[in-house]
Amino acid sequence: MDKLKLPKFLIAGAIFYVVVQALILTGILNGYFVVIINRALIFVILAATLNLINGVVGQFSLGHMGFAAVGAYVSGTITTLIFKLSPHVFTDNLIFIAAIILGGVGAAVVGFLIGFPSLRLKGDYLAIMTLGFGEIIRTILNNIAYVGGPRGLLGIPKFSGFTIIFVFTFLTMVLLRNLVQSSHGRAMLSIRDNELASELVGVDTTRYKVLGFVIGAFFAGIAGGLLCHLLQIAHPTQYGFYASSILLIMVYAGGMGSMTGSIIAAFSLTFATEGLRVGIDWLRDTVGIPIGTEWTMVIYALLLIFIMLFKTEGFMGMRESKILIIEEKHV
Amino acid sequence: MSNPNPVLSIQGMSHYFGGLKAVSDFSYDVPEGVIYGLIGPNGSGKTTTFNLVTGIYTPTQGKILFEGDDIVGMKPYKIVQKGIARTFQNLRIFSNLTVIDNIRVARHFTTKSGLFSSFLRLPNFMKEQELVMHETMELIKLMHLEPRANDIAKNLPYGELRRLEVARALATKPKLILLDEPAAGMNPKETEDLMNLVRQVRDEFKVTIFLIEHHMKFVTGICERVKVIDFGETIAEGKPEDVVKDVKVLEAYLGRKAVVC
Repeated sequence: MDKLKLPKFLIAGAIFYVVVQALILTGILNGYFVVIINRALIFVILAATLNLINGVVGQFSLGHMGFAAVGAYVSGTITTLIFKLSPHVFTDNLIFIAAIILGGVGAAVVGFLIGFPSLRLKGDYLAIMTLGFGEIIRTILNNIAYVGGPRGLLGIPKFSGFTIIFVFTFLTMVLLRNLVQSSHGRAMLSIRDNELASELVGVDTTRYKVLGFVIGAFFAGIAGGLLCHLLQIAHPTQYGFYASSILLIMVYAGGMGSMTGSIIAAFSLTFATEGLRVGIDWLRDTVGIPIGTEWTMVIYALLLIFIMLFKTEGFMGMRESKILIIEEKHV
Repeated sequence: MSNPNPVLSIQGMSHYFGGLKAVSDFSYDVPEGVIYGLIGPNGSGKTTTFNLVTGIYTPTQGKILFEGDDIVGMKPYKIVQKGIARTFQNLRIFSNLTVIDNIRVARHFTTKSGLFSSFLRLPNFMKEQELVMHETMELIKLMHLEPRANDIAKNLPYGELRRLEVARALATKPKLILLDEPAAGMNPKETEDLMNLVRQVRDEFKVTIFLIEHHMKFVTGICERVKVIDFGETIAEGKPEDVVKDVKVLEAYLGRKAVVC
């Protein structure tokens, strides 16, 4: 009987898609808002996968955007190249999807190279390693002329639309949910709670730390690919420490280990960033207060301090919305 | 007494922390199927012994044979997978996971479903999850934790957490369980229940139990063999009723003067 019952996440996803699509088609949402929604969806992937590393496995990664950069540049280079060679190929979405996935694979390989040596260490070393890694990636991209150097990788074909971004985000969230609520996911959660005890119930802790890190990097690479095909440019500054720290704020504001929290935080903070930008522009141009958009970072820093002081567990704590919980029978 | 089939055999094991001799030239066998007690005053090297057997520390010298294989130098998780489980003196519970999940984690390494089938929840994965859930519920029933099954572990009282740790150790399907001060912080009634539970576990799961305890009543009430250590050296070994009469043991516990008087 219960096979006929559709899973809740499927219904929730379908409702979201239909409502947004209807609003777009009726013209209530203009192109500006659609871009913000697309961006928010991409940030859902980024925040949720950083949450896998920081909140589920309990490590501390500071350079998550570095993986997005790898994904963006790999997939962007592939599509630009093919586009130059034979533009007509791009009637085929499959090449685009293959490029995005290759970007993810590239990011996963880099994730393994970074994670394998550093995750054997305990404590703050990973944070330092990943912080350094993020900056190294940015600097490297800044200096490779082939991908545009400091000018950025230009002329990336516009491929990411609402539908394709939604499908990728939805699939990522379903896969992450399945992973976290499986025996592999529980092994990861146990490392976060007590690494020694985890080792002493037979969990190969190093393997699972690396695994969580590599999976996180893979999906971050996919998100990077989607982002550069939305904005049609990949620029080193988009993937620096500033962007990584926004992701951290999303994870902490949403709640460590809560995928629901990451979804809510990614949406609210993406919209808030736009809102702040508009608000600051208004203050500067109309009211005449001499401030710039860099003030958003001041507000976010204050937000992070506020969370750390008064709401340490974030918006959702470690709870998960019913939509994302897989029900199990006790037998 | 020499046993032909010791499940655990420690041979000439020593461990130093810098210049400090924590464990000195230990040699003994834990026979299969017994409840074996290791006692001694604070700082006598009991927990260090457990940490050496479970691979948290590597002994400076000596061999540790488990079912005939040398396990010195193996990673802790490998030793667990070979069949040695343990509990901790200061509880080490996964405090943000539910009671069910705490136990299920310990079944993790016995499940075969790979990442791929977990990502997609393929039929073989689902079937295995059901089996694990079934076994987990059995353990929960054994430990009388049914009403707590879905509670987050950090909300459980101390006595229940102790039982949860034993259930988690059992979930790894061990042949040898190390219990580090299982009766610590328990009242006489709880201690009594625990003694029955330990016996029940040994009989039902056919495991060998190796425990550390300060509580003399607990040790004499449950252990079939006892080893007494002090400052890293063995001072007595044998049946509990004989050992507690040993002069050296009394000295170690009560001081030299008390024995003379």
